[in-house]
Order: sequence, then structure tokens, then C-alpha cells
Amino acid sequence: MGKLEGSNEVSVLPDKVFEGVPKAPYGLLEALRRVQAVYGYLPPEGIRRAAEYVGVPFAQAYGVATFYHQYSLEPIGKYRILVCMGTACHLRGNSLNIEFLRTLLGLKPGRKTTEDKMFSVEEARCFGCCGLAPVVVVQKPDGGNEIVGRANPRTLRALVERYRRQERGGAK
Amino acid sequence: MNWTLLDRCCEKCTHSPEKPCPDYIECRLSGPLCHDDERCREMRRQRLEELRYGEKGAKIKVPMASCTLATGAEAVYHAVEDAVKNMGLEATITISGCHGLDFIDPWLELSAKGMPTAIYANVKPSDVPRILEEYFVKRDVSRAFALKERVGAASGEDKVPLLGELGFWAKQYKWVSRNCGVVNPESLEEYVASGGYRGLSRAFKLGPEATIEEILKSGLRGRGGAGFPTGMKWRITRQQKATPKYVIANADEGDPGAFMNRLLAESDPFRIIEGLTIAGYAIGANQGYIFVRAEKPLMAKRLQKAVEEARRCGLLGKNILGSGFDFDIEVILSAGAFVCGEETAMIAAIEGKRAWPRQRPPYPAEKGLWGKPTAINNVETLAHAATIMAEGAEKFAAIGTEKTKGTKMFCVTGAVKRVGAYEVPIGTSIRVLVEELAGGAPEGVKVKAVQIGGPSGGCIPANLLDLPLDYETLQGAGAIMGSGGIVVIGHENCMVDVAKFFLTFTSAESCGKCIPCRVGLRVMWSILDKITKGEGTEEDLQVLRQVAETVRSASLCALGGTAPNPVLSTLRYFMDEYAAHIREKLCPALVCSALIKYRIDEEKCIACGQCAMNCPASAISKIESGKYRIDESLCIKCGVCYTVCPVKAVYKVTGARAG
Repeated sequence: MGKLEGSNEVSVLPDKVFEGVPKAPYGLLEALRRVQAVYGYLPPEGIRRAAEYVGVPFAQAYGVATFYHQYSLEPIGKYRILVCMGTACHLRGNSLNIEFLRTLLGLKPGRKTTEDKMFSVEEARCFGCCGLAPVVVVQKPDGGNEIVGRANPRTLRALVERYRRQERGGAK
Repeated sequence: MNWTLLDRCCEKCTHSPEKPCPDYIECRLSGPLCHDDERCREMRRQRLEELRYGEKGAKIKVPMASCTLATGAEAVYHAVEDAVKNMGLEATITISGCHGLDFIDPWLELSAKGMPTAIYANVKPSDVPRILEEYFVKRDVSRAFALKERVGAASGEDKVPLLGELGFWAKQYKWVSRNCGVVNPESLEEYVASGGYRGLSRAFKLGPEATIEEILKSGLRGRGGAGFPTGMKWRITRQQKATPKYVIANADEGDPGAFMNRLLAESDPFRIIEGLTIAGYAIGANQGYIFVRAEKPLMAKRLQKAVEEARRCGLLGKNILGSGFDFDIEVILSAGAFVCGEETAMIAAIEGKRAWPRQRPPYPAEKGLWGKPTAINNVETLAHAATIMAEGAEKFAAIGTEKTKGTKMFCVTGAVKRVGAYEVPIGTSIRVLVEELAGGAPEGVKVKAVQIGGPSGGCIPANLLDLPLDYETLQGAGAIMGSGGIVVIGHENCMVDVAKFFLTFTSAESCGKCIPCRVGLRVMWSILDKITKGEGTEEDLQVLRQVAETVRSASLCALGGTAPNPVLSTLRYFMDEYAAHIREKLCPALVCSALIKYRIDEEKCIACGQCAMNCPASAISKIESGKYRIDESLCIKCGVCYTVCPVKAVYKVTGARAG
């Protein structure tokens, strides 16, 4: 899809992007989600289109886009690694796991995406799979999720290496 | 497609979604009611049998809920499909939700005519052919986890316990979760076959006023946390003159450690749809919304599917069941903000604005969505309402305590053997839930505290485990029932760190509208951060208390109003741990990284090199003896070596020993 990186100019949104989204203010959350699905983040033009579609002012839609943590206003990594920060996951080691991932991927404080835009590491809210704590979820570029239960530094390192290998294999 | 219970049985039936029959629901199970025909009766009996054992007399049920999917249920499903094909089995494969017993995920349920229904636990895809062979071909159930009944026809039946005999099942009171893990959550027919929609049907016969009376009589209180009487909320909303009115199902289950709403919506979504429809009818609303938490998309998907199915069968839309009542539902998936669980914030979110709470009163019952009267109920509350309308208020009111009737679903996680969601009568003690249902702490771990009610709740020490779970008692002890998440904290956790963890959560989720919450929580977090680094002073504790009180009394909404609870309750019960951090600069539980150091016990070290290989800071190197040592000047205290060491040679020290 037309994913642009590091630029505010975006390609035209496909006409059907808002298909089935209610043309009412309560459709805004879904409309923004559709835009993010196309670009991988929310460029201003995309927010404007979503606002227009559901019929709210751009400023209001922009306010909403900056409010929720699942929206990103900057490009994010191809693989989005979400580290659950729920209570059970915290107690069972995810605070250490996330630091491990940040160090492993060379992320400086305040940065969530690697230089090569391959990985983003983000804190996430409880997924409700506390029986598997600590839980890490990888949102893959194909839209699928990989849920990693009982995560530890060893499994996480293997996970990152596996995706890196896949990328090298896929790039040919 | 074959005839289903939802279809007309013969030409004499006059029902259609356009011209609905008021007796449609009753007629599904005990019909036909408008004419007498043994064939029509027989069709129903036969279909119910088919639903139980499948069209071919054998049925394989695979649970498809977030918890089971995370443990590999999808691979199990494919393995079942393959095995059935390879073995040439005549069996129906179907999906279900989950029982809430996370420790047996993923599981399989097999049933066949003349055989006891058997549940298999922790199934791996590679086990599937063997399990199917044993059950369907050899008729041997000896390796099952539990049976649903005994029929004396399969070998090994006496070696396997009945599910109903197992403590974690027998001690539950399955009222609102009765269908979880039992029915196919995507099948309206199975919901109706299990008694679904009788509640709505009865509400239509009673009328809206009497429906509210019935809910009042049951004593149902909101299960989202605040415990406001549901009937009262409905009555106040009904009495408002302004129109139109709205009903909203609060499915923004955000407390970490709470997943009962997710389980319910993924396993029995029609019960919530029915409950919301009843709420709409009772207060006089024609539009309902279900607002679902962003992190639980399967919940939204199941609810959306259920809405479409109910629409198709005329249980949503115009003139539902010939009552003259029109009602429809929209499902909205959030984009991630904890504060959306607060009712006025949720209303703002549905209006397409930033989810900022606003001052109450006026309460949503008077001025809610678009300024109109709105009843907001938690999904578990709505599912209870549907069940109460079907089963009768007396039955519900007979369970529970003097002040709070009925049952509640609790999720027990953390340091327990059997993580899961359990439904028990209100007033059950924390100890029964933690020790008897969830199996207590794993070997080698001692329970130090339980955290109840998520970020708004508090930590209750192990010596108070006999407290009953009800709204008033927990409040008195400094916690709240909240949505019912119980996180068991083992002795290896630091309570100051736990308090800081919750403050990290609430200060990040503070919406920023009011100053006490936005600034106060920051200040509290900084003080806790100082203490966990060994830089805290006695004076800090005083300031911490002061700020906590201010945040509690001056915040705009419940997020800020309750956020100090984890701090205040740990100060109340675990002062010794705070004191150790401040006076002795040590962390007794060996958690706070600034106060601990990692060392390697050379006696125990087997020189495998795992620690050095995994150390992200390259702080571990080989010494002359061939063993390993940590360079403390490079160590970032991430704990990786501690987790990866196969012989536990890495240990932690604190206080003087770490000097």
C-alpha cells in the first residue's frame, strides 16, 4: 500500500477506504483507524479526510488523533512490538523485557522506532491474556498478530532475529 | 442448509421478521404453540439433539477466545480438521467461547451419542489424532481432563473426574457465565436453544415499568465497579422528559488483570445484546451503543457479528417480536484510552470528541449522549439483567449478601496456580477465590498481598484474605471491588514498586483535563521513583500522603479520585517496605534495580556462558577459572542473566551487601 515514510505528503487515499464506516461522529475512531491502516500512521491529510467524512471539524479530529495511544502521528516500524504493561505482566517481568528489547534494538530514550524503520517497541495496555503473562504482541505488516506468551529475553531475542531473517529472505 | 430452530416449522407458522409473532421465542423450544402437530414437535426435539451431538452424532468443540487463541487454539482447530478428514470421522467441528479456566488452554471438548462428554486440557496440535482416535474409535476417555457426565459406556470413565466435582468448578455459581465455553458464540440458534431471549420476551409481556420493577426487586447493582442499583438508574432515565434517549454498554474493560467482560462477550455475546435491548425497552430508548476497548478487538468482532445476526432474525430492528418496540445497536471499537471507561468520557468519545470526562451532575441519566438522557451499564450488568429477566428476580436475590445480591465474575491472575475467571456469589471470601478456586500460590512462592480493583483499587495484605468480596467491605479495607480483577502478589514482589507501577499507569492515562489528577499523579510518581532509588526521605512520605489526599478529593472524575488507592493502601499495610527503602536504602524483595546488584555464585556457575551471550550491555566476561563475572560498572541491571541462568547461579543482593 502507499505507505510514505518521513513525509507529510501522502498519496491519495483509495475511495473505498471509509466503506462501511458510519457517516456520524461516532464513526471517527474507525475512520482514523482505516487511514492508519493505509499509511501505517496518521498524516494530517488523512486526518482531514476522516474528519470530513464523519462531519466533524479538523481540529476536533486532530485532537482525537492525539488523544488515543493506538494512533501514531509519526511513521512507525514495520513490525510493531507491543509489550503488555498490565499488572500480571509487570510482576512477571515485562518491565525488564521492554528494557531488554530497547537495548537490543539500540533505541535511545524517547525513541520507539529503529533507524531502519523495521521495529517499533511500545508499551501496551493489558490484553486480557493474563494467564500467559508476561505477554508481548507483534503486529505484523500483513495485519496479523503474533502473541508471545511467557516472554523472556531469550524468546524475544529469537523473535527479533526470526523477523530479521524473514526480511532478509523476503528482500532477496 | 438444514432446518434450524430459528426457522418456521411448517406453513401454519405466521412468524417472519417483518410480521413477528410475540410467542416466537417460547415457541422455539416448547412449541409449536399456535397449532398442534407431532411432526413439528419432533423436528424441535431432533434439532436440539443435533445441536448437542452434531448432525452426525459426534461433535468436536474447539474454543476460540483470545485466551485460547493465544495458546494455539487455531492450530488445534486445523489439526482437528485434518485428523477428521484423514480418519474419515463422521463428526461436526464447531467453535465455542472459553470456560475461563486459563490453565487448561487450549482445550477440546468431544461428545458423541452414548458417550460421556469429555474435555481434554492443554491440547497440542500433535496430540489431536491420538485424542480423536482414543475417544471416537477406542471409546476410551481415560486421558481426558474431565467429563461432563458419566454414562458407563466408555473405558476409563471412573479414572477421570467429573467437571462438576472439581473444586474450581463446583465452588463456582455459574449464573451469568453459564454459556461460556458451552455454546457457539456465533450462533443465535444455540443461544436461543440454551434459553436465550426468554428475558426479552418476558420483558415485553411485563411492560417497561414492571421490567424496571423486576430489576429493582432482584437487587442488581452495577458490576463495573461503582455498584449503583441498576433498576434505579433505569428508572431515573425513564422518568426524564427529554427524547430521544440512549443506552450504552460499557465494554471498555481497561483494568489490567480484568478480562471477565472480554470472556463474556467473546463466549456469549447475545446475552449482552439481549440485556442492552431490555435496557433500551425499559427506559424507552431506540438506539444503543456498545463501546469496546481497543485492546480487545475479538470482543468487538463477536458483538458486531451478534448484532448482525440478531438484526437478520428480527431481534433488533423494527417492531421486535411484535412488541411495537424498535431498537438497534452500533458497536464502536475504541482506539486506546483508559479514561473511556468513565461514563462521561465514553459519551464524549462516542460524540467524536477527545474522551474528556466532565463534571457530574448532571448525570448521564439526565444529560448524556448529545445532551439526552442516557443509561450506561457495564456489559456484565447487562448480561445479568437478561438472565434475571429470564430466570426471575427471586432466584438472583436469593444469592449474595444482605446488601448486594447475585454473583460476580472475578479474574484471578498473578502468583496463583490456576489463573482464570471465576463466577462466585457476592460475599465469597478472597481466600476461597485465591486458594480454593485459583489453587493458591505456586510452589516456592508465598502470597504477600492481593491487589483488587485494578489501578483504582488497593493492595490487601495476606492476613486479610478472609474478607468477603462485596462493595462495602472492600471499600472499608482501602480497596474497591472495581471490575473484579484480583492480582495475587507473591513475596518476590516489592510493594513500593507495585505502587509505582500503578502510578505509572494512571499518570500516563490521566486525560489531562483537571490539574489535581494531571499534576498530582506526576508528583506522586516522582516521589515513589525517588524512594525506589533509595533517595527518599521521611518528609517525602508526608508529602506523598498529602498529595494523595488532594488528588482523591479534588479530581474531576473517578480515574483521579481513585488513583491514589494503590499508594494509600500500600502505605497503610506495607509501611515496613517503604521504611526499608528510605532508612536502610534497601529493597527487601530485591526488585528495585537501583538498590540491588547482580552477582554470580562461582560455586554454582557451570560456565555455560548463557549469561554473557544474552547480556545486552556486554557486562559479563569470563574469568580465569573459566566461570563468569559481572562488571558492576557496566551492568544495567536488566536481569537477563538472572532469568537465563540454567542453574540459578546469578543472585541479587541489596543494602549493605550490595555496597
